[in-house]
Amino acid sequence: MMKRKLSIPLVFAALAAMSGTASAQISDGTVKIGVLTDMSSLYSDLAGPGSTVAAKLAVEDFQKTSKAGLKIEVVSADHQNKADVGSSLARQWYDTQQVDAIFDVPNSAVALAVSAVTKEKGNAFVDAGGATVDLTGKACTPNTIHWTYDTWMLANGTGKALVKTGGDTWFFLTADYAFGHSLEGETDSVVARAGGKVVGRVRHPLNTQDFSSFLLQAQASKAKVIGLANAGGDTINSIKQAAEFGIVKGGQNLAGLLVFLSDVHGLGLDKAQGLIFTESFYWDMNDQTRAWSKRFAAANGGKYPTMVHAGVYSAVLHYLKAVEAGKTDDGTKTIAKMKELPTDDPLFGKGQVRADGRKIHPVYLFEVKKPSESKYPYDYYKVRATIPADQAFRPLADGNCPLVKK
Amino acid sequence: MEIFGVPTQALFGQLLIGLINGSFYALLSLGLAVIFGLLNIINFAHGAQYMLGAFTAFLLLNKAPALGLPALGYWWSLVLAPVIVGAIGVVIERLMLKQLYKLDHLYGLLLTFGLALIIEGVFRNEFGSSGQPYPIPEQLTGGQNLGFMFLPNYRAWVIVASLAICLSTWYLIERTKLGGYLRAATENPTLVQAFGINVPRMITLTYGLGVGLAALGGVMAAPIYQVSPQMGADLIIVVFAVVVIGGMGSILGSIVTGFGLGLVEGLTKVFYPEASNTVIFVIMAIVLMIKPAGLFGVQK
Repeated sequence: MMKRKLSIPLVFAALAAMSGTASAQISDGTVKIGVLTDMSSLYSDLAGPGSTVAAKLAVEDFQKTSKAGLKIEVVSADHQNKADVGSSLARQWYDTQQVDAIFDVPNSAVALAVSAVTKEKGNAFVDAGGATVDLTGKACTPNTIHWTYDTWMLANGTGKALVKTGGDTWFFLTADYAFGHSLEGETDSVVARAGGKVVGRVRHPLNTQDFSSFLLQAQASKAKVIGLANAGGDTINSIKQAAEFGIVKGGQNLAGLLVFLSDVHGLGLDKAQGLIFTESFYWDMNDQTRAWSKRFAAANGGKYPTMVHAGVYSAVLHYLKAVEAGKTDDGTKTIAKMKELPTDDPLFGKGQVRADGRKIHPVYLFEVKKPSESKYPYDYYKVRATIPADQAFRPLADGNCPLVKK
Repeated sequence: MEIFGVPTQALFGQLLIGLINGSFYALLSLGLAVIFGLLNIINFAHGAQYMLGAFTAFLLLNKAPALGLPALGYWWSLVLAPVIVGAIGVVIERLMLKQLYKLDHLYGLLLTFGLALIIEGVFRNEFGSSGQPYPIPEQLTGGQNLGFMFLPNYRAWVIVASLAICLSTWYLIERTKLGGYLRAATENPTLVQAFGINVPRMITLTYGLGVGLAALGGVMAAPIYQVSPQMGADLIIVVFAVVVIGGMGSILGSIVTGFGLGLVEGLTKVFYPEASNTVIFVIMAIVLMIKPAGLFGVQK
């Protein structure tokens, strides 16, 4: 009697093991990629539908070279910039829709929430659109990789460069949520380390239309640099209205701490010229980036890619290579594999993913061209400096990520 | 001199900015109040119609040449955009809203809300979310140094223009014979019809007027903000709060509350910026508790 009772679970275990090996560890036979992004609000140009296009291009390119014959599907959804919507979508995808990995997720608050859900479910999350450096710091998990950029990198690139050229007093205009706080904090410490001083700050709600009263406060502070610790539509409106109130003419400089190609396009060179900022990708860098970007634009209604779009492409490509190499789409195992394999793609070149989940690559300090310097559509940036990969991101030891052995 | 650690000079600047934002609130809530007060429709598409006004200005300037027309600038748009968008409003009223007058308010609200979502979705699909630039008209570039702040000429124009429009609309509806007919028609349409006045046509034109006011607000906003598909969605919630605080349907109420709340919001941006997008709703809650019909509303 005792013997029979024991044997039933054993049989099941054996069956489960057998079926596992038979399907080569790909759950339900399909690798399902979820692009979770802002489809309807201020970040939908810098990520949004373009991120889905980028993910599909990555799948297309992967299938051209892969011999594994994987079945791959791409789905997408709108997180509406709400952390609760984002995490419940992630939960639903993992639990009932067999999504294996989530990509993109602009908006740091949503990214942190999705990262927590992903860890709980043991899936994979590669953030290409979000900014907060906490994703690879105190909130790092074995299931999350942070791909394109982060607040430390932006602060380090732009902050250092501006203090060096004389911008030693700062006033911050900060978006009042996880991302803005993180970006402001990082820039604050970079400015202080470089010998500058922060004379004031004001925090505005996400998605603000009118910045004039905040700009007036910045103007009254007499700071040499007004740091815009915001993104997307908020940055565009800040820059536009700063011009209206004669801030740059009055001798103060604007530092866009996070500026995307789509923002510059929306502003027009007339308003954006001279703006200095840090990014990890620009479409017009070399033949490979140009070829890819033109292909992307053709599929994205003529709009050129931002660094987030490039990041999604590169991240999906590397993820699929890791799935192929590891012969599994198990989240934890695939993320480990992604850290083990060196990265290589036409957009970011060769790189690697560190133990804390930080993808590293060179980043660039760009300046927006004058209207007279722009020769063809989307000819917007010139490179002021290149920051090598090993200096571009926060040193591994400084992040206090529990995954890093000390 | 300082008030709570803020120099009075800076405070004056902030109050002026508040007044400028208030003039947009007043202009938009005015249109809503006209439509609600005279037609009993809660026009949730108001934000989308404001956005359409801005986009019409943008298209007249940038896309008209492609159709062989001359590029029409700001001043033309100020006249044409309200007419064009108002005409679209008339079509909406004739084809859709007319069917709903017999039903509960809720149906009109749902219909206009749905329309707003569709219009905004179409524009987002076409133009993206970053918005399109629209230049400040040449005559109004630059600004004045008032000593306590730098006032861009365009913003000064916005205050003046919006005050003038608000007051003349109020005068038209509350003090003229035509306004009298309108108000009578909402009280008792059958009787007014019996006097030989074409009530349905008057109602259609009133909706067109309200929508035209929204579009006018959109044209005035275009040079300040990006012309973007969600510009109206961001504003409409606040504007509804303004109308509720002022008293649903009260025209004077919406004007006074619009400017007043602009000022309050301006002050909040100085003393506690984090609360600047909630302060209006806090006031709304308080007003509704004390005076459920709103500050200028009449309890029915």
